Amino acid sequence: MRNQLEPLIFEISSPGREAFTLPELGVPEVQLPEGYTRQQLNLPEVSELDFVRHYTHLSQMNYSIDTVFYPLGSCTMKYNPKVNEKAAAIEGLSQVHPLQPESTVQGSLQLMYELQEALKEIAGFAAVSLQPAAGAHGEFAGVLIMRAYHESRGDSKRTKMLIPDSAHGTNPASTAMSGYTVVELPSDERGNVDLEALKQECDDTVVGLMLTNPNTLGLFEEHVLEVCETIHNCGGLIYGDGANLNALMGITRPGDLGIDVLHFNLHKTFSTPHGGGGPGSGPVGVTENLAPFLPGPIAAKDDDGYKLVLPEQSIGRMKAFYGNYGVFIRAYTYIRMMGPDGLRAASEMAVLNANYLKARVAPHFPVAVERTCMHEFVSHGDVPGTDIITLDVAKRLIDLGFHPPTIYFPLIVHDALMIEPTETESKETLDAFAVAMTRIAEEARTNPQVLHDAPHITPVRRLDEAQAARKPVLCYKG
Amino acid sequence: MKLDKDARYTKEHEWIRKEGELFIYGISDHAQDQLSDIVFLEPPEVGDSFAQGDSIGVVESVKAASDLYLPMSGEIVKVNDALVDAPEIMNSDPYGEAWIIKFKASDPAEFDQLMSPEDYEKYTQEEE
Repeated sequence: MRNQLEPLIFEISSPGREAFTLPELGVPEVQLPEGYTRQQLNLPEVSELDFVRHYTHLSQMNYSIDTVFYPLGSCTMKYNPKVNEKAAAIEGLSQVHPLQPESTVQGSLQLMYELQEALKEIAGFAAVSLQPAAGAHGEFAGVLIMRAYHESRGDSKRTKMLIPDSAHGTNPASTAMSGYTVVELPSDERGNVDLEALKQECDDTVVGLMLTNPNTLGLFEEHVLEVCETIHNCGGLIYGDGANLNALMGITRPGDLGIDVLHFNLHKTFSTPHGGGGPGSGPVGVTENLAPFLPGPIAAKDDDGYKLVLPEQSIGRMKAFYGNYGVFIRAYTYIRMMGPDGLRAASEMAVLNANYLKARVAPHFPVAVERTCMHEFVSHGDVPGTDIITLDVAKRLIDLGFHPPTIYFPLIVHDALMIEPTETESKETLDAFAVAMTRIAEEARTNPQVLHDAPHITPVRRLDEAQAARKPVLCYKG
Repeated sequence: MKLDKDARYTKEHEWIRKEGELFIYGISDHAQDQLSDIVFLEPPEVGDSFAQGDSIGVVESVKAASDLYLPMSGEIVKVNDALVDAPEIMNSDPYGEAWIIKFKASDPAEFDQLMSPEDYEKYTQEEE
């Protein structure tokens, strides 16, 4: 990683330099009306070479899965095979226009259709819509589908959504945006949904339950069948947060467990690049009962070929056009390259890697709940008997060449350190990370200052997060 | 952990004190310690009415966002606007300058249901 500070492009600007030559004008020049022109534009002026160097330097400051181990819990930072990019660059897929007649984009529609079919098979659902553009967007679509279902039955008494206290923060947000009230459910000491608390809340005002399985502690919900049955018995639906599907592929299917609607994170489970906030893709899968309410259009097939249709009682569009198409191509390529056995092997290896790393890290950073984990685990990141906190540990990992894990989440674990190695890392990489964690635990006792001052090798040192949040400077003021 | 001997406490780590006819409300020293650096406060508005246990606002730290719950029913009479510009006061002086709201209670007897400083201290120790 490049560790020199790079000036802003405005700071290397020099009047008269330019990095671009406009083509010769092919149409008559027209003067813009008075009031629509400006004499002074604060744009940077640099040569093409300076421009290329500037952005190359910035790219060299990136942490990415292509350069370092990236065990960011809950984010599934697995390797993104380069063949996905090759497929996404195929001209017939990348150069079509969303308003072209369907007859001219049959291949593009076929890819959507086959991706829908593959996701149905992987997760055990009757229908899939590829509309939502990201995980939380898919979650919101899911809750709107639940609402449309209850409303279609005239069941207007239902207003409360049950959400375990280990859930991702987007669950209550999606619920509130759908006009429902959140009721938080406690977890029991094994990290499962507390069944007694669940039963107490179950009545005819329950919209449903939002269940993440495996949950954010990386633990499989041990009573999943009973949880689903309890909710169904009181007329509610189960929303499955598919954030952690990477642990389950080819082993069990959310649809078979009793989940009614689930979002997929194509960008996580199905290996498309997503560090830096996008692009994501969050398709939703549903049972037969909920299929009429899916957002659309979705791809369908009949004797004439492939076409786009809107389900009869659809909640409508979630996004302009057809979703994040570029992500579909990559995810589809991944699924086809892996095949059913490959997907199962990926999940098995993800679980094995997490348990191996847990066994090596836990002696220094004890896990929150001592159980066999799934694809990730949560440790306490503080070092008892010292003043070292999780943040110090995370920052020190940067010095040692690793992207820090997710910290301070889930909220139910104090000083949480959430580690998800994924299936694509070798034993050597996991060992190197374990050695780094061991070293940090030792430093906490022998040389705590080195942890307080970390990171040491980055262009800027420990950032003052509190000051940044309290007095943010969001614009360049040159 | 610092305690205000004159205040009563909640399981959500808020405190309430009587102040003449009104009640005054903030978050406890334990709460600010757990949250670490507080960076944002969204208080309710003067004139808002709340039932017992309602969420009345949000406090955010570098670690987490938390709802503020009012353990008594009542109407907001005064809001400490200075905290919105300087939320860090909640870290430095949780029982003093960092009061969040003053309210008129609909049922002053609800105050007696809150935890005493001793009980609250015990509660936070058990929680850990």
